[in-house]
Amino acid sequence: MQSTDFGNPIHVESLVRQIHAKSTRPLTLMEVCGGQTHAILRYGIDQLLPPHLRIVHGPGCPVCVTPAETIDRAIEIASVPGVIFCTFGDMLRVPGSQSHSNANDLMHAKSQGADVRVIQSPLEALRIARAESQNAAPGSMKRQVVLFAIGFETTAPATAMAIRQAKELQLDSFSALVCHVLVPPALDAIFADVDHGIDGLLAAGHVCTIAGDHPYHRLADQFNLPIAITGFEPVDLLRGILNLVEQLEAKPTSHRVDNLYEHIASAEGNLQAQRTVETVFAICDQHWRGMGSIPQSGLKLQPQFASFDASSRFPQGKLPGEQPSCCRAADVLRGKIRPIECPAFGTLCNPNHPLGAPMVSAEGACAAYFLYQALAPLNISERTPSKRTPSKRTPSELTQSESLNPKDDLAP
Amino acid sequence: MCLAIPGQILSIDSTGTLRMGRVDFGGVIQEVCLEYTPEIAVGDYAIVHVGFAIARLDVIRAKEILETIAQIPTE
Repeated sequence: MQSTDFGNPIHVESLVRQIHAKSTRPLTLMEVCGGQTHAILRYGIDQLLPPHLRIVHGPGCPVCVTPAETIDRAIEIASVPGVIFCTFGDMLRVPGSQSHSNANDLMHAKSQGADVRVIQSPLEALRIARAESQNAAPGSMKRQVVLFAIGFETTAPATAMAIRQAKELQLDSFSALVCHVLVPPALDAIFADVDHGIDGLLAAGHVCTIAGDHPYHRLADQFNLPIAITGFEPVDLLRGILNLVEQLEAKPTSHRVDNLYEHIASAEGNLQAQRTVETVFAICDQHWRGMGSIPQSGLKLQPQFASFDASSRFPQGKLPGEQPSCCRAADVLRGKIRPIECPAFGTLCNPNHPLGAPMVSAEGACAAYFLYQALAPLNISERTPSKRTPSKRTPSELTQSESLNPKDDLAP
Repeated sequence: MCLAIPGQILSIDSTGTLRMGRVDFGGVIQEVCLEYTPEIAVGDYAIVHVGFAIARLDVIRAKEILETIAQIPTE
């Protein structure tokens, strides 16, 4: 099985032709996944669509929505002498609230001597903790290993398994700074705004692979919203877009949840993963960077796992959280505008000097537009959406290297 | 962040505290936790995220999807 078949230009061309044939009116479709944002921009999928089909990007990057205060706390804990702070690489350069005079991101903390280690799996942090525990000389202090646990529903089961294992192994040198967030409550917050202006939703395939499709049935019914669960390759995304166009062009319009990632995601999701997450975590209110507090949108440790909570294990100093204010990140995260419509985009705000959350992470929508607008030049006039005159590409203009890169196939 | 990559299961080890497997990602072989995919067998393709197999890739269904698209008449 070549996953790259889902980048086949012939299939892409066929799907694009169908979308053009069936789409008759202006529609705004939202996706909520950093991987899909990047795939759409990287393959120029938005430029293959009819001009009246507009794709906007929701809060699909858990790195971007991690509050500045949590970054501050991570830097504070990582800077405690003897701590080994384990994080996914994405978090290294995300700035905190600039309340630290010495370091404003984990990379900087590392340069100042903090033992910050990049891991690819929460189990690596567990492995480091076990090794430290076994190697510590009798009577000496064991080094504390802290996992920076961030991510959507997709990643929470991995954290949950690491913490459950730590409890079973009685690893008292292991803890986690937990900042997991849940997608459906954030969508509730977006669609509760009567002016949201979004006609259909592309739901992220890997979130649904874990959580199943049932949260989306309620959203579809409550907000009369067609939803297509899709993957991350050109064929996946175009099947999702075609499905939404078909639902919205039908008379009367429909608002079904259709699973177009059915070769990977089942309707019920991954039940083993759901059970482990429910054992280890309880749902709580959560602050999202750029969006504010969203009820029931985060995870905290259940009481029986509370001893593994890094935020209570390490003393907390005074952390005055601050949010960058002179950018329109909140409007980008709610799909009100696209990044290029922000007056600060690409000038005052860029990846080296980010003003807002979606520019700070490599997976953010603003960072994706900044990176890929060089490949597919967007007209300055796009800053005003009504004047959009995009330089459209035909599917056959997708190069081999763009279409057939196996390593970037399945992201969210 | 929710990046997940398909890989083929080469072997499964159920003797430790966690069910683990050796998974081939186009030539790069890594150890992956299989606790969340009890149904997965050697030879299957797993979708792997942060060191965990989160789903089994249904290869037959994936081929059917592509065949359906290929059958759409080109005007």
